[in-house]
Amino acid sequence: MRSILNFFISGLVVVFSGSVKYYLWLGLLLTLMLFGAYGYSIQFKEGLVATGMHDHVSWGIYISNFIFFVGVAAGGVMLVIPAYIMKDKDFSKVVLIGEGLAVAALVMALMFVLADLGGVMRFWHMLPGIGYFHFPESMLTWDVLVLNGYLALNLAIPAYILYCRYNGREPVKKIYVPFVILSVFWAFGIHLVTAFLLVSVAANSFWSSAILGPRFLASAFTAGPALIIVIFSIIRQASAYKISDDTINKLAMVMMFAAYANLVMLFSEIFKEFYWNSEHTAHARYLFFGLDGHHAVTPFIWSSVVSNVLATLLISFRRLRENHAVLVPACLVLFGAIWVEKGLGLVIPGFIPSQLGEIVEYLPTFVEIFVTLGIIGFGLFTLTALLKVFIWVETGAISSKGGFAEQMDAAIKKKDQT
Amino acid sequence: MKDDKGNKCGGCSGCSSSDSFADMALKKKGSRRGALAALLGGAATAAASSATAAIATDEEKELKRIKRNEFFQKYYRVMDEDERAVTIKRFERKSKLQYDVDATIDDTSARPNTLFGYAFNISKCEGSRKCIDACITENNQDRTSNMAYIKLFEMEEGIGSVHEGDSEYSHETPVDGKYYMGTQCFHCENPPCTKACPTGATWKEPDGIVVVDYNWCIGCRYCEAACPYFARRFNWKEPEVPKDEINPYQHYLGNRMRTKGVMEKCTFCIQRTRKGLNPACVEACPTGARVFGNLLDPDSEIRWILANKKVFRLKEDLGTEPKFWYYMD
Repeated sequence: MRSILNFFISGLVVVFSGSVKYYLWLGLLLTLMLFGAYGYSIQFKEGLVATGMHDHVSWGIYISNFIFFVGVAAGGVMLVIPAYIMKDKDFSKVVLIGEGLAVAALVMALMFVLADLGGVMRFWHMLPGIGYFHFPESMLTWDVLVLNGYLALNLAIPAYILYCRYNGREPVKKIYVPFVILSVFWAFGIHLVTAFLLVSVAANSFWSSAILGPRFLASAFTAGPALIIVIFSIIRQASAYKISDDTINKLAMVMMFAAYANLVMLFSEIFKEFYWNSEHTAHARYLFFGLDGHHAVTPFIWSSVVSNVLATLLISFRRLRENHAVLVPACLVLFGAIWVEKGLGLVIPGFIPSQLGEIVEYLPTFVEIFVTLGIIGFGLFTLTALLKVFIWVETGAISSKGGFAEQMDAAIKKKDQT
Repeated sequence: MKDDKGNKCGGCSGCSSSDSFADMALKKKGSRRGALAALLGGAATAAASSATAAIATDEEKELKRIKRNEFFQKYYRVMDEDERAVTIKRFERKSKLQYDVDATIDDTSARPNTLFGYAFNISKCEGSRKCIDACITENNQDRTSNMAYIKLFEMEEGIGSVHEGDSEYSHETPVDGKYYMGTQCFHCENPPCTKACPTGATWKEPDGIVVVDYNWCIGCRYCEAACPYFARRFNWKEPEVPKDEINPYQHYLGNRMRTKGVMEKCTFCIQRTRKGLNPACVEACPTGARVFGNLLDPDSEIRWILANKKVFRLKEDLGTEPKFWYYMD
């Protein structure tokens, strides 16, 4: 018990120690969180009228970001499969980073859902036992189950492994591998179920498409690894932790294939929507070309599609892909493109035109943008904290051996990390 | 207050049972009120400075306590009769404290052998929007956000899709070459909205009315996205109704006062129709374009229309089975 406590305490100390640059980073995240808290305080008091949403576009950037970050969480599995199931040595070393990212992304996704609720204090109404859990009819209850389950798995597996390493033991495979295999299926589950949340709206021709689930997976397996590659390159520059070129190159290849699959499916959708202009394709027409003089999202979707195609083309050439001066910016562009595609291009056009054909546009308010930034700040803080502990344990900077004070001294003397 | 209600509804079998709950609750309330009075007296002597100010704060305290109890109240469908009665008394008291309105909230349940349906005559409607005004007044909808359950679409003759219609017209009606189509909640037999709700806060009653437990809704708005007919309305802000415009004849699942962050919708005026009255929109329509009735009653006007007129419904392909038909003369 005591050693678990020590593990947590040393973890906490690690999270809050670092270079000046690191403190600046934490300060930036704190500022974002304060903006978020300010925005949310307004929204909490006045109601969702403080957002840009209305009865016509009843979900906005909260639900859009929720869906996108579920994808990022699922994307971490692209490290898990090669590491644990194909037993790839390079990936085994960094798989915990993917799991840490999954935790941070899930925390953000869940916070976005809570931010979107009109009666957040009444959320306990859907807890089984004290509330009424409308399962299995409501797809939202499925999402609650899979997201929280995935969060638990991705907290438990790395915590066990890191705790063993902290104590200088090898983690017992029999204990954690079954959970790893479960988490692989679960990763597909979270993003499929989240897609089905929209697919199940049978009346909405923009969402109710069988390809939406697979499209979600493909974009998740592009955006997730893209972000992981960016994180790898930051870790390589800012800490003593070694991540080999091979690891990054292999992951870039995985990402490339996912990006192809994503584009193939995107173009399949576009073909179906535009070959024949039925009433059902009005959403896509609004998204790509605007409708009746309304085209708030058109510039965003075009820049997303164009940058997506360009970045995918760039990483298709091995020489460019393995040149990290090209790869990292390309990953950032891909990540941003998919964020826009999922964030603005999926949820919002589903409401425009509305169910009875009316066109009322949506623009997020400052309150919504502040809350969104706050949640992202909190998610990045979670990610930073998890990565920091991971790196310090893995580099042996902290362990249960030796007195706690000595360890911390030694750790602080060690080269500045992150 | 009771007499008023009696006069208004004309009396029916449904009321008597709810009245007996109310009486029961009143007895309970009596003892609570006694305790409150004692408390109130104590506070007044302690404050001593201004009796009226002390009373005001005590009413505020009571309102606070009511809101706290409201927060912890159970899901309407799992409450037993006593719990329902206590809850209703609490809301009636809240109405008095918050709006100074003596409201009667009844919870008359569905009458046996009843399935409500609606028919809309597109040859008759002249787009006066009197139905919309009546609906807003009857159902205590927020006046500050222009919330309306009913939409009237002005349509070009020769065009049949409501998607081409205009619901924002502001000119005198009727206009030559145009016709009008009203939409509202169609009370589907297979409602996608109730299936989507994660807490079961919205459901279809035995008489076919789709209702919302305003205190159980968590405001996720999944039902609003799931509805194919744009029938649901969300309280984006705290709804406001001027005190003298509040309709005091309320139903628990109908027009009682809502709060911010919850969903609401047309209930076929459940507070009226369960007592044998027509919905407010039907009553207000100057042309007789709106017909409401019991689909299980072979002698009802709506059954006559379904049997003798050419009728159609919106988005039949979805399989939602709306209980709202359009027809022509």
